Amino acid sequence: MYRSELISRLSDGFIVTLQLLGWSMLIATVLGTLLAAMRVSPIAPLRAVGVSYVNIFRNTPLVVLFLIAVVGLPELGLLTGSFFWRAVTALSLYTAAFVCEVLRSGINTVQAGQAEAARAIGLTFGQTLRLVVLPQAFRNVIPPLASVYIALTKNTSVASAFGILDLTYQLSDLIEDFPGSLYWNFFSIAACYILIVAVISGAAALFERRVGVSR
Amino acid sequence: MATRSAGRTRRAAFAAVAAGCALVLAACGGDDEEPSVEVEENPDFPAGSTMAELSEAGSIEIGVKIDQPGIGYLAPGEDMPSGFDIEIGKIIAGALGIAPEDVTWTETVSDNREPFLQQGNVDIVIASYSITDERRQVVGQTGPYYVTGQQILVREEDKDTITGPEQLADVKTCSVTGSTSLSNVVDDYGAEPVPFDTYSDCLTQLQNGSVDAMTTDGAILLGYAAQAPDELEVVGEAFSEERYGIGYQHGDTEFCEFINDTLQEAYDDGSWAEAFEATLGESGVETPDPPELDACQ
Amino acid sequence: MSSVLYDTPGPTARRRHLIGTVIGTLVLAAVLGWVLWKLWSEEQITPDQWEAFTQPTIIKALWNGLLDTLRAAAFAIVLAVVFGAILASGRLSDHALLRWPSIIVIEFFRAVPLLLLIFFIFLGFGSTFGTFYSLVLGLMLYNGAVLAEIFRAGIIAVPKGQTEAGYAIGLRKSQVMRLILAPQAVASMLPAIISQCVVALKDTALGYVIGASGIVRTGEQIYISPLYNNPLATGFVLAAVFIVINYSLSKLATWIESRQRREGRAVVRRGATDAAAPAAG
Repeated sequence: MYRSELISRLSDGFIVTLQLLGWSMLIATVLGTLLAAMRVSPIAPLRAVGVSYVNIFRNTPLVVLFLIAVVGLPELGLLTGSFFWRAVTALSLYTAAFVCEVLRSGINTVQAGQAEAARAIGLTFGQTLRLVVLPQAFRNVIPPLASVYIALTKNTSVASAFGILDLTYQLSDLIEDFPGSLYWNFFSIAACYILIVAVISGAAALFERRVGVSR
Repeated sequence: MATRSAGRTRRAAFAAVAAGCALVLAACGGDDEEPSVEVEENPDFPAGSTMAELSEAGSIEIGVKIDQPGIGYLAPGEDMPSGFDIEIGKIIAGALGIAPEDVTWTETVSDNREPFLQQGNVDIVIASYSITDERRQVVGQTGPYYVTGQQILVREEDKDTITGPEQLADVKTCSVTGSTSLSNVVDDYGAEPVPFDTYSDCLTQLQNGSVDAMTTDGAILLGYAAQAPDELEVVGEAFSEERYGIGYQHGDTEFCEFINDTLQEAYDDGSWAEAFEATLGESGVETPDPPELDACQ
Repeated sequence: MSSVLYDTPGPTARRRHLIGTVIGTLVLAAVLGWVLWKLWSEEQITPDQWEAFTQPTIIKALWNGLLDTLRAAAFAIVLAVVFGAILASGRLSDHALLRWPSIIVIEFFRAVPLLLLIFFIFLGFGSTFGTFYSLVLGLMLYNGAVLAEIFRAGIIAVPKGQTEAGYAIGLRKSQVMRLILAPQAVASMLPAIISQCVVALKDTALGYVIGASGIVRTGEQIYISPLYNNPLATGFVLAAVFIVINYSLSKLATWIESRQRREGRAVVRRGATDAAAPAAG
């Protein structure tokens, strides 16, 4: 009885957590890349926006972003229909700041000579970035980017406090029906998160081996 | 409280709410008439009784909720809570010859009400505290001074489409995470659950249209409806029964008799009804008949 | 700025940049204008949304809330440093019996969502600990595990010759650790530790979820009160408070780091994120 209920609720929660993770990862990566491009651009106002964005969102607690997105946005008539998309908004905005930082420092680790050589053979700024700098930066950013995604995985749990029935929500929900099952619930749910984390780390390691070069 | 699972109604523990201030009107709407409370002059109590002790000291510590408008609520930055439970507390204190300004109001949360009574952190608890047999094993509970049950709160414009739990199928319904109220409507009526950590969060989502119903004890819902009687409506009959009682130290029968006598007196002279009208009654609901008191054991 | 990507601009490039700047500024002004218009049209920048924050009682309540938050963060950090030091020395130990449990504890607490951990502690032991210590304990376990890895990196970063010299003059392993490695490592780890303080302070806001008193909870009490009913304004105020504190802390960390770089000391690189990557790679 308890076991089948545990499995069914955990799989429900697992799917919700994966959906949160997938959408937030996608949006945060796109937004973060855009911001990173702004931060390295020669145009001062774009750089300023990139810097401000990172400083604002990296220093705000995720819970406060959730408050703004879940309680505040409907005041503006935005996203009133869906708790899910409000949660994704908060998670994406937060994570994008970290994605941006990872990409930026990745670009900075590419040796100056590389870009100089690219320019010497007459490549434009866009070509330099696209053909020479970014492919190399990409290798450097795989491990820190994986860390960002792992942090995001864990951060999705905050959504459970804002109307989302994800994995973490199942902890209190299960106790309601099965008092005394706290430890089992906790370790089972923790195992689900660890599984996701392990998959991300594993994928990152695999990927790094494939594109990495020995120096 | 219909919330059975310990600790789910999150509220900070041990945050003592000092009250030494004057009879400030800590009302939320601002226009509420505070009922005047009768303070006995030099009441006479048998020597050595709890009443004599408290009366002598001239002060009493009462455990209350501070996050439930209409029941026990402390506005941010204020010192004096307001609500029906608070009014009942003032009546009890008054009968002991203690003026409202000499009462110390201490925040209790669902978790710590029993320990607070057992360890003597508070003298009595009046905190939407449902009488149950389990609780009566460890603390004294008398009353009830109010009987409520699970009901539904909707926006004014929906009161004709959602009239009771039967209409909740596939309706986004908010309640506190892990509460029996939520599983009741989900399991029995097919509501779509939206869990939040506090009733206030649920209320915000109900008001901004993200959810269409909210469910828990009728008294709690009435408290919210009282804040915005034109926007919110409590609908349907109660589909469970919760009896709010006053908690005291286990075994203090003498004190229990005194509380019962005081409550009965408040029932008879209309001060109970007056307390109700000034708080939960603001929602527009009719003042109920006072419930019958249990005998002290 | 990464000048890696482009040369010093000549006249053509300068003109191009000027055009870009103008267009960029216009686009940003448009976005900003839209946000302001949205806020205005939904009556979010009217005085009644913000007047709460001019009232002395509200300011005092927020201040008290902030003190609670800072107190929880301070408790958590101090305990986490102790816990982290224990875990790190366990992990660096030569005895498998000490090393393996330390590794498991570190990796477990780094991989589990902090909120889940806090919930678990609160649901299981909340009636004994109360909300404050449930929060502090959760923060301690998580940050302790993260700090343990920072400490380990700090110890490893001390040049090997130092250890060898220690052994050469006849010190035992524990003495080498205590007298030679730890003092040098601590200095180099300072920026990383301060960064972790920022993370811990942000995470302290999670206490809101279990009802621990703190500035976020105070904020909630303000915006749910029908007198104010201003969630968006309150959210912005809360965010601003955290941004100011955390930004200052980050600047402090950067300053210490650059000073140490100038002095030529090894510095434990601060992660670009608050992410914990258990065994990534």
